[in-house]
Amino acid sequence: MNTQFWVIQAFNGISYGALLFLVGSGLSLIFGVMRIVNLSHGAYFLWGGYIALSVIAATGSWALSLPVAALAVAAIGLVMERLFLRTEGLTHVRNATIATGIAILVALAAASAFPAVAASWPQFIAVAVLAGIVLFFVLSRISILPIDNDVLRQVLLTVGFAFLFQQGALDIWGGNNMDINPPKELTTSVVLAGMYFPAYRIFMIATALVIGILLWLVMEKTRMGAAVRATVDDAQMARGVGIDTNRVSMFIFALGAFLAALGGVTGGAFLGIYPGLDFEMLPLAFAVVIIGGMGSLGGAAIGALLVGLADNFGKALFPEVSYFTLYAPMVLILAIKPTGLFGRD
Amino acid sequence: MTRKLSLRVTSLLLGGMLAAGLGIASNAQAEELRIGYIAPVTGIFAQVGKDMVDGFQLYLTEHNNKLGGMDVKFIVEDDQGKPDAGVTKAKKLILQDHVHMFIGGLLASTGYALAPVSTAEKTLYISSVSSADDLTQRQLVKYPYFLRTSWSSSLPHHPLGQWACDNGFKKVIIIAADYAFGYETAGGFQSAFEACGGKVIQKIWPPIGTKDFGPYIPAFKKDADGVFTTMVGPMALQFPKQLRASGSKLKILGSGVSYDEFVLPFMGDEVIGDVSALHYSAAIETPANEAFVKAYRAKFGKVPGYYSENNYTTAMWLDKAIAKAGGKYPGPEEFIKIMASIKLDAPRGPVELDDMRNPIENVYIKKVEKKKMFGYPKDELWNVVIKTYPKVSQFWTEGKAKFLAHPVYDRDYPPCKFCE
Amino acid sequence: MTQNMKILIVALLLVAIALIVPHTGSFVVLLTTRAMCFAILAMSVDLLLGFTGLSSMGQAAYFGVGAYLTAILATKYHVGLGWDFWLVVILGMLMGAALAALFGLFAMRASGVYFLMITLALGQCVWGLAYRWNSLTGGDNGINVSSRPDFGLDLTNERTFFFLVFAFFAVSLIVLYILVRSPFGRSLEGIRERELRMQILGYNTWLHKYIAFVIAGAFGGLAGVLWAHTNGLISPETVVLTTSVDSLLMVVLGGAGTLIGSAIGSAIVFALREYLSTLVPWWQYVLGGVYVLTILYLPMGLMGLPARIRQGRKASNKTPSKSGETKTLASAPS
Repeated sequence: MNTQFWVIQAFNGISYGALLFLVGSGLSLIFGVMRIVNLSHGAYFLWGGYIALSVIAATGSWALSLPVAALAVAAIGLVMERLFLRTEGLTHVRNATIATGIAILVALAAASAFPAVAASWPQFIAVAVLAGIVLFFVLSRISILPIDNDVLRQVLLTVGFAFLFQQGALDIWGGNNMDINPPKELTTSVVLAGMYFPAYRIFMIATALVIGILLWLVMEKTRMGAAVRATVDDAQMARGVGIDTNRVSMFIFALGAFLAALGGVTGGAFLGIYPGLDFEMLPLAFAVVIIGGMGSLGGAAIGALLVGLADNFGKALFPEVSYFTLYAPMVLILAIKPTGLFGRD
Repeated sequence: MTRKLSLRVTSLLLGGMLAAGLGIASNAQAEELRIGYIAPVTGIFAQVGKDMVDGFQLYLTEHNNKLGGMDVKFIVEDDQGKPDAGVTKAKKLILQDHVHMFIGGLLASTGYALAPVSTAEKTLYISSVSSADDLTQRQLVKYPYFLRTSWSSSLPHHPLGQWACDNGFKKVIIIAADYAFGYETAGGFQSAFEACGGKVIQKIWPPIGTKDFGPYIPAFKKDADGVFTTMVGPMALQFPKQLRASGSKLKILGSGVSYDEFVLPFMGDEVIGDVSALHYSAAIETPANEAFVKAYRAKFGKVPGYYSENNYTTAMWLDKAIAKAGGKYPGPEEFIKIMASIKLDAPRGPVELDDMRNPIENVYIKKVEKKKMFGYPKDELWNVVIKTYPKVSQFWTEGKAKFLAHPVYDRDYPPCKFCE
Repeated sequence: MTQNMKILIVALLLVAIALIVPHTGSFVVLLTTRAMCFAILAMSVDLLLGFTGLSSMGQAAYFGVGAYLTAILATKYHVGLGWDFWLVVILGMLMGAALAALFGLFAMRASGVYFLMITLALGQCVWGLAYRWNSLTGGDNGINVSSRPDFGLDLTNERTFFFLVFAFFAVSLIVLYILVRSPFGRSLEGIRERELRMQILGYNTWLHKYIAFVIAGAFGGLAGVLWAHTNGLISPETVVLTTSVDSLLMVVLGGAGTLIGSAIGSAIVFALREYLSTLVPWWQYVLGGVYVLTILYLPMGLMGLPARIRQGRKASNKTPSKSGETKTLASAPS
């Protein structure tokens, strides 16, 4: 094991950490600001990648896929937060959404039981619309119990959505293992001192740096950023000084989803896009957040770097413990300092 | 008020259970062939499951939904990619749907889960994909109602080892997914390669699902001239790219699944020239295969891989067997004997069963090339056949007794004599 | 309704199951047997969640430990296939308890969402071990437990086996019920509601929670022992994360803090995963939908339905009730 080995391994670990930063920073913000444990975060990552694939298939432009996928998933995240995680107001929109969802399932059930319904679209839609209207009225009579800070309910709700997203992705894009193909320039390697540094890994590091700097600028130099920091520190006080914490909440959730999706597009050329990726990325995102600390961007960066390096060197030097390079440190850190290395309570 | 309500809820529950219980108990039908099929329909292997079912269905559609003259009732059940769910579904198919046989199972663990069910329920189980070696080797005695129409994991990799010797490979690194399938494919390769004078100098086992090979590639020994890879699913897409990007000039010797038609359409030009071995390639240039590929692609929009072909062939095999049995299902013991007596001309070539109920078949050494095949208009990546080893059995050239005397291929077997 | 009425209804329900199910089709018997193993696991999770207020995302670990112990003893050492089956049951519970005792020392240092995370990580460590320790656990191939124990009963008969599992289920329910109605159980509920107050009153809340954690581990181990014989195969899939998450849903769906609710919840989740999946391919949407709708509309679970209806009627003219009135399912957020 010579210098070359260590340099390359460090580079690999850092580039992996860069990807983890993209995935974990969003989750860190969401948890830090809104105290929401979002187990759909992996699904956002996955959908980011899949939407990017569709954009590339439709327009041929990889560069376009990055913002489009990220914004699309940000919108999905926003809707999920506004309608289901924070349930004041918008009752009719929510009831309509839920009613539509259940109505489609009812129509599908009717289609399996009565071939007449499955036979043609008009009948199917008629059943769905009818069911939808009935359900809408039923739902309007029932009140939702707001989730607020109930951790378990957040977990189970977002897991439920994760299952829905997973099945949805399967039905929309199929189950093949796909790959995002970046432009030719990014598929070469830069050769320095006899060592090969793949350009795409450099791109990942660059992206993470750019995003990190942008986030830092937003948090430190803008009013919204100040509002976010105030809410992270003490939400009640922030409300007391007139900060609209609901707006902050929405912004952060959308931003978190945006970052996750960006991670998905970036990672899609490195990891591929396939069913199951969502639940594979989720523990990694949580590892970053836990090790780095929730709500701290700097912490997320350091956490990502640590996880990336530890995972890389762990697998390279001690392959026997490959499965524990992630979870064992998590357990130890949580046992010693439950809020993470840089977290605050 | 609440007392009444709770009583109502309770009686509803009871009534519901009663209705469910009585409703579910069903009656058997006769005179049609009831086949249960177990595959992942949801979950991360859903696409593979679809390919499996599609392959079987294609044959049924081409033959008017009849096998050997009997009408077929084909029931597909979702095992969600989990062996536990597979067991439930198998029992449901047997106890409730009264199937004559059940087919399928994707993962090795599913194969190990379903085989005992076949013994307990005395119902034929045909593994059309699940390739765990030992099911038809040292464990076969436990499963008298089990047979395989597909392959065993190490089967195609013995000839690959021989081919490597014959083509100038002296020192090879093995990098294979860290699970039983990885061990068995690598073991097959190593066993044959070292038997003809080659040396395996390093064995690396990345966890299944690894897509970042950053930790592993820099550790490759510098004096190797080839690398044997068992890459499954997403791993298969990423490894060749990362190996090339690292500047390595190692030639890749791939296991069957590293380049099969399930992943090949999504790979880029960096895999052109990569060699692999399997008992099937979509690029086999025989009329039978060309017809199969064209029909499959026309119907399902993709080039068939071995998941589809193995199931198509299974249906074909059943067709011939039922016909030979006189148009009826003679019970599992008799049927197994009939299946074993048939020599099939499948799209993948000639197939028959050995005396341990595993196929003897051709193994194709194939190389990825970009060309037009079978009259298709575009240049595409195909696994072009460069050498065929005929009549390969799961025991290769070692002979059954000697082969069974050594343990099943594992992480530590064959031992890495030439690793440092 | 009074406590005695509730006990009567549950008793009737149990009798009904024991009488009716064996006469239904073999597949229903099978499903019910499988569901009952998970019901025992779910009840152990309810002890933690509904009564102590601890949401653990790693209970599948104890299930797995009990199952693997049974499988390894049966295949490698030929123990547990005769009258020593009962010994294996005890060992399974002890292993579950021991592992919980070890993990509890780590987990108890955290609370709220951190507790969730640490139990998740611990559960995943067990999965990693099951996967990696090939020589012991068979790796991803798993271990086949091909024969059922023989101590005078023909357990290869599914109906007889059903009665055995049913007996374990009923006894577990009774034991856990006695436990939660005891002073110990009452203090657990007190800790769930207001831990600080309990501490001020002089209770050693850490010890109470720890003991509850260990007991839950013991019952998880028991469920695992039964599962090994019910399923016939144990693989790392048994201890995967989804199992733990599903066990939480079973409790919430049925009604946390009611014990029998978890059994009902387990029956429903099982019906969805293993029965609905035989009927339609889009069953996963139903499962996801059940998760979402339960949490939104019925977080008290099905057992809380009567109370919910009453509450709904009272509040029908007002805006939805504030969060303060709703019982939170986990300990206070951090």
